[in-house]
Amino acid sequence: MVIGLEHYLTLAAIVFTIGMFGIFLNRKNIIIMLMSVELMLLAVNINLVAFSAQLNDLTGQVFAMLVLTVAAAEAAIGLAILVVFFRKRGSIAIDDIDILKG
Amino acid sequence: MPETTIPSFWPALPELLLALGAMALLMLGAFRKSDAGRGMFGLSIGLLIFVGVFLLFGTGKEVTFGGAFAVDPFIRFMKLLSIIGAVGALVMSVQFFKNENFEGFEYPILIVLAILGMLMMISANGLIALYLGLELQSLSLYVIAAIRRDKERSVEAGLKYFILGALSSGLLLYGSSLIYGFTGSTLFVDIAAVVGKEGSSLGLLFGLAFLLAGISFKISAVPFHMWTPDVYEGAPTPVTAFFAAAPKIAAMALLIRILYTAFPAISQDWQQVLVFISIASMVLGAFAAIGQRNIKRLMAYSSIGHMGFALVGLAAANEQGVRGVIVYLLIYLVMTLGTFAFILSMRRDGAMVENIDDLAGLSKTRPMQALALSLLMFSLAGIPPMAGFIAKFYVFLAAVKAGLFLLAVIGVLASVVGAFYYLRIVKIIYFDKPAEDFEPMPRELATIFGAAGLFVLVFFVYPAPVLKAAQNAAAALF
Repeated sequence: MVIGLEHYLTLAAIVFTIGMFGIFLNRKNIIIMLMSVELMLLAVNINLVAFSAQLNDLTGQVFAMLVLTVAAAEAAIGLAILVVFFRKRGSIAIDDIDILKG
Repeated sequence: MPETTIPSFWPALPELLLALGAMALLMLGAFRKSDAGRGMFGLSIGLLIFVGVFLLFGTGKEVTFGGAFAVDPFIRFMKLLSIIGAVGALVMSVQFFKNENFEGFEYPILIVLAILGMLMMISANGLIALYLGLELQSLSLYVIAAIRRDKERSVEAGLKYFILGALSSGLLLYGSSLIYGFTGSTLFVDIAAVVGKEGSSLGLLFGLAFLLAGISFKISAVPFHMWTPDVYEGAPTPVTAFFAAAPKIAAMALLIRILYTAFPAISQDWQQVLVFISIASMVLGAFAAIGQRNIKRLMAYSSIGHMGFALVGLAAANEQGVRGVIVYLLIYLVMTLGTFAFILSMRRDGAMVENIDDLAGLSKTRPMQALALSLLMFSLAGIPPMAGFIAKFYVFLAAVKAGLFLLAVIGVLASVVGAFYYLRIVKIIYFDKPAEDFEPMPRELATIFGAAGLFVLVFFVYPAPVLKAAQNAAAALF
């Protein structure tokens, strides 16, 4: 079987959906949410690299590199905010993010 | 080996100045720990004003960095508005942080970095530049929301903002990757050329939908608004003022630029999406605010509604509509800064009070402030002849010209419903039994508050300069 563009796109779509459901359905832990966000960004990278190979154009790979870099910065800031939250509340359960009622 | 040339840096000079300035301030703060907090506000405000004046004197259209970075009159105008919002928010912060005994020197620097991100995303002429600018802005904003790390509410606001913001960045990126894949380029110009030639494909529409969802998050349009009330309530009040002013304008500018430079050929496709988002935002903004008791939450729903009204002009998809949006954003900026200047002065016994009932009988204790606040409320409600009415008039006019009658009618109805809660505040100020007096208003807050009140009152007398500037800016896109 030849692995073509559509296979990569399907894989990326599945990974992206898992990431999104990880944020909406997960009711336990904020770290899992951070992992889900990373999963979404990885799905985007699969997309970008697959398109880049398909189009024979380097821009997609450059974009993927930049996404990786920014994802690292984002994870750093997310964990920093999470640590501050844990120091205040002593918990990282999602049910404890409840002072502000929306 | 392909030849490479060094791109022209001149168009990006404001951004370079801000980036270098922010680094220098960070060094200054890190090495002079003891007295860093004081001077930092002044230096940051000075830096922003310098860059703003610099923008004021720029002319013409330029593109640089391999087509990824553009400057034109529209971009300059929106950048200037964002900077005005940031300067206003910074000026209002000084006294607040002094009262709260908060001495983090990072706060003004983070605002400068957030503004740098906004300028970059307004100037972005390709998907990569757009993403990088947007992330620099968002990452700074997450930290700013949680800046009072000793206060539970502020940290919780920061955490919520971060999670939902990261989700929206993911949506936006997924959309970008699809658009890149189906058009073969990340530059707006090339995308526009391909879309103009081949029309819309399913993959492209998917990508555009994800991209729009990501940006709707940033301008807090329904159905991506859930973070707004919580973050507005939890974040320290000057931070809320900043959130309500600068990032909204920058994200709206970004939306306008994407739609009109990359996807003008398929305007009938995105028009429907915008009509839906716009109606949903206006209606939710009008109804959800009715039950609010906290004034910061009320302003959150108010800003959701106002973004809906601004989107009316965008949905019209013509030059008049863009002009309407620009005028709307300018007037929204003034009203927001003015209202928040007053909210920041609501202090009793050394603590902030945030309930609407605390305003009771303000007309007896402080008649002048009551008058100015009422003017701002009338303007937010869109009652003639206030500036808010003129803003709404231009966007609805554009919608009617474009044949979107249903949108215009729903908009006017939402505006009427929304008027209820603004007028309720006026009623509480004038007819309820006076509550205890507030602490005296600091001078800089009084200046901003008074200036905003005066602006909304007399704008209709001489609106020509603003309209002309907006017309020039809008013309750059067509």
